[in-house]
Amino acid sequence: MSDTPRILYCHCNYAQVVPPETKQAVLAKLSGSGAAFDAVADLCEMAARKDPSLKRLADGGPVKIAACYPRAVKWILGGVGCKLNNETTEVLNMRVETPEDIVDALFNPELKANLPDDGTPAKPSAEELPTAQNES
Amino acid sequence: MSLTEESTLRVLLYEGAGATDLPSSNRLETMTALLERGYTVSRTTGTGNVAPHDRGSLYVMGRFEGGKTPTDHIEQDETSLRFQDIGELNTDAIIEKVESVRAETNSVQPGNWKPWFPVIDYDRCTNCMQCLSFCLFNVYGVDDDNQIQAQNHDNCKTNCPACSRVCPEAAIMFPKYKSGPINGDEVTAADMGEEKMKVDISALLGGDVFSALRQRSDQAKERFSKERDEKQALSERKKCLTKLAQNNDIPAEVLMSLPSPDEILLKAEEAKARGEAALAKQRKAAE
Repeated sequence: MSDTPRILYCHCNYAQVVPPETKQAVLAKLSGSGAAFDAVADLCEMAARKDPSLKRLADGGPVKIAACYPRAVKWILGGVGCKLNNETTEVLNMRVETPEDIVDALFNPELKANLPDDGTPAKPSAEELPTAQNES
Repeated sequence: MSLTEESTLRVLLYEGAGATDLPSSNRLETMTALLERGYTVSRTTGTGNVAPHDRGSLYVMGRFEGGKTPTDHIEQDETSLRFQDIGELNTDAIIEKVESVRAETNSVQPGNWKPWFPVIDYDRCTNCMQCLSFCLFNVYGVDDDNQIQAQNHDNCKTNCPACSRVCPEAAIMFPKYKSGPINGDEVTAADMGEEKMKVDISALLGGDVFSALRQRSDQAKERFSKERDEKQALSERKKCLTKLAQNNDIPAEVLMSLPSPDEILLKAEEAKARGEAALAKQRKAAE
């Protein structure tokens, strides 16, 4: 197996939040290239169904994902127990980037990892947790 | 939260050894048609990798040399592998074949609803249970470790982002929402300070939400008993709901589908009790 990052394309099928012309242009470029790639209809829909296929999509080594915001992609998958590797995942945002920029990044062998760092939110102490008395 | 064991179908457009490439326009048309019907599709060529296949059904479609597939059908462990030559098939016929295999393999029918549900950013979440206490529709729950989860996705009201507005850490996303940070865009300091982003539960209806609801319920009862004017009561309710909808971007149909004030009160108190129970466990663990 080569070290070339895999390509995963999300068609965001069930909402109009990704400009249709962007996703069609990206899919056309991918399809017209000689590259192997995985395409899913909608990562959100798969997560909602807790689709077992998400595990192999998240686990298969370095990956470039054409979808939406990196923070959203991280937790769409992470929320169903399919943690993406922060060091080997690059998310291209079809909501805001141009198709040209996305395609260039997908075909660039260099991977620019861009998932948000794992944070450790300050957990409130027992005293700081809200109670029925101090809530109202 | 764990994945289900449901059977899924993956379509593989095969263009490797022993097969010829699909015409470019056919490939795009076929991929688009399959994706729009909710299928997962991989394309393999001599270059690059796709995700490995572990379980579930795999339907390998290609223009195989001589129109002959390597074999017809293999069943092994939890995997079903089928081949189909598509040299003579147009897109409609390919879709028909895929639909047929999906039914034969009892694979899940994808895409029956708009996937609208809260996605929790655990890098930000402090497990404060505000969302659990707030949601009237039992979308949230806690796992065995008392960690908040979105458990009942189907209960979530499409296009309603209300719980993300009560989250004090902006940790709740709806990836299909129109704007950030609820859509997953980065959370900025300005977002955290913005009034619309930090709707306190107790401020949502002006002061304590529970006493506000009780008061509203009592007022409604009094109004009904005095006036028996259902039209006026409905008009009042609509005015109140319109204001809520505008202030918090909650779809009017969600608000209009809410039950009576008494039922809302009951549900709110149940939700609050669930949140309290989870917090009590958390306090005990933190001591």
